[in-house]
Amino acid sequence: MQEKDILPTVPMRDGFGEALLELGHKNKDVVVLTADLEESTRANLFADAFPNRFFELGVAEQNMMGIATGMALTGKIPFVCSFAVFSPGRSWDQLRVGVCYSKANVKVIGGHTGFSAGGDGATHQALEDIAITRCLPNLAVVSPANARQAYQAVFAIAQHAGPVYLRISRSAPYHLTGTLTHELTKDKFEFGKAQVLKKGKDVTLFATGLMVAEALIAAEQLSKDGIDAEVLNIHTIKPLDDEAVLASLQKTGAAVTIEEHQRAGGLGSAILEVIAGKVTIPIELIGVADHFGETGDPAQLAAKHGLTSAKMVKAAHKVIGEKTCRTMIFC
Amino acid sequence: MLFAAKSGHAAGPLGMADIFATLYFNVLRHNPEKPHWIDRDRLVVSNGHICPVLYASLARAGYFPISELKTYRQFGSRLQGHPNHLELPGVENSSGPLGQGCSEAVGMALSLKLQGSSSEVYCIASDGEHNEGQVWEAVMSAAKYKLHNLAVIIDRNNIQIDGYTEDIMPLNSLKAKYEAFNWHVIEIDGHNFREIIEACEMAKAIYEKPVAIIAHTIPGKGVDFMQWKPEWHGKAPTAAEARLAIRELRSLGGRVKRDED
Repeated sequence: MQEKDILPTVPMRDGFGEALLELGHKNKDVVVLTADLEESTRANLFADAFPNRFFELGVAEQNMMGIATGMALTGKIPFVCSFAVFSPGRSWDQLRVGVCYSKANVKVIGGHTGFSAGGDGATHQALEDIAITRCLPNLAVVSPANARQAYQAVFAIAQHAGPVYLRISRSAPYHLTGTLTHELTKDKFEFGKAQVLKKGKDVTLFATGLMVAEALIAAEQLSKDGIDAEVLNIHTIKPLDDEAVLASLQKTGAAVTIEEHQRAGGLGSAILEVIAGKVTIPIELIGVADHFGETGDPAQLAAKHGLTSAKMVKAAHKVIGEKTCRTMIFC
Repeated sequence: MLFAAKSGHAAGPLGMADIFATLYFNVLRHNPEKPHWIDRDRLVVSNGHICPVLYASLARAGYFPISELKTYRQFGSRLQGHPNHLELPGVENSSGPLGQGCSEAVGMALSLKLQGSSSEVYCIASDGEHNEGQVWEAVMSAAKYKLHNLAVIIDRNNIQIDGYTEDIMPLNSLKAKYEAFNWHVIEIDGHNFREIIEACEMAKAIYEKPVAIIAHTIPGKGVDFMQWKPEWHGKAPTAAEARLAIRELRSLGGRVKRDED
């Protein structure tokens, strides 16, 4: 499957798998490792085409990360594929010291992130992976919005010399207005650059992963309410595009962030770190509020935890209200 | 080094001195002038806390000035408390948390085998380190891929930081365990140069399997008051102890007369 053949309804992991296969043809140094999750991560496409460069390491994520480090230190570009709850969840120490401290050129692929593991329940739903990767020196963190962007991101992270964490979902965006996201993400993925999906002047909506679609739907609704929202897709959470974040906030003066992740340590936290001491604005952070997930349909679970366009619209109205209120006090 | 640093590990490095000397001055194919030479053998240290003996070996081999050894554990030094691959030439891997080097050595051997390289990978691991589950994950995977270019040298000194290995978490027969995992096992006296060299030669000759060299060593070897003492695993000597220890080492325990006596 070529990039152009990826439809809006394609799950993100399929875009990843197709790109990995294509990358395998283009770069002979790429090797792929998995811990008994070959098909679930879609590493099977690469494995079938390049059996000699594919390594099935059994249910042992710590060893897998260590082996990837050794391979990177001898010139390979290893893609380490598992569910995010296991890797980097279980292999974090190996990621920290082996990969990050040595700047080993390892690409860590965390699958089934957010609520996308659905029926598997809380144990398999990665809602903390951005927090535990974002804090590691030398590690870049990339979180694409859909299958097409995941496809593009694979080539971009292979180009980037150094450790990267790539956050992949098992699903496509939860609402089929994902078509809009799909259309808007067709531009070339630029590593480290925030993607302005819609220009606006009243409020900035920051989103990452599948929640980008929700932000776009929220912006549509807001425009009906007479509010001109700007939508930024933060596909590279680290290094964060500080310049774009600040430029947008200086213009709009209010913000809402949304992510399929704990509020603690994720995209919202990253945005707060950038603006602290630079701009003072009303801001609302939408994410999972210190809860574990549970078995259920991913879209249903996201809705239960308030990860919806409707919640974003409400939050946008709130921050715009606060902005106006402040203006009145200070004037 | 340890006295100047006022911290560090004493017993392990002394027990491994004979093995490191043999590796760096006889076994390893390496070039201190070109630390990144692609066809070099790799020495992966999985138990990073024994780095004083690694640093001393690298300096004596010519990777950096011997005078730099005194900066060990000092602020601003390249000789970190645990080795940093990026900072110091000759250090093949960053190491500290136990078990990780074993997997990294497997990764290097796998990748070098894939490239058709003739380089050998040696991994130094401690016996206490075998408490870590990751070590056994690595052992399983090395056997799966029949890594003939990998030899793990196990420092079987029977001590770890909290006491004797068999009291802390009994390892029992490492030989039986490695053989059960389909490795070729050689047991040696880790203070006998001939046995160390022969075991490394044998490791290269064994073609179908990875090789575990279980080196029986004496922790704190050469310093009477440190030998066999778990309490010397993780501490540095005082000035007086350091003087006494150096004198013992340089006079082979008083058997050789020195001018200063």
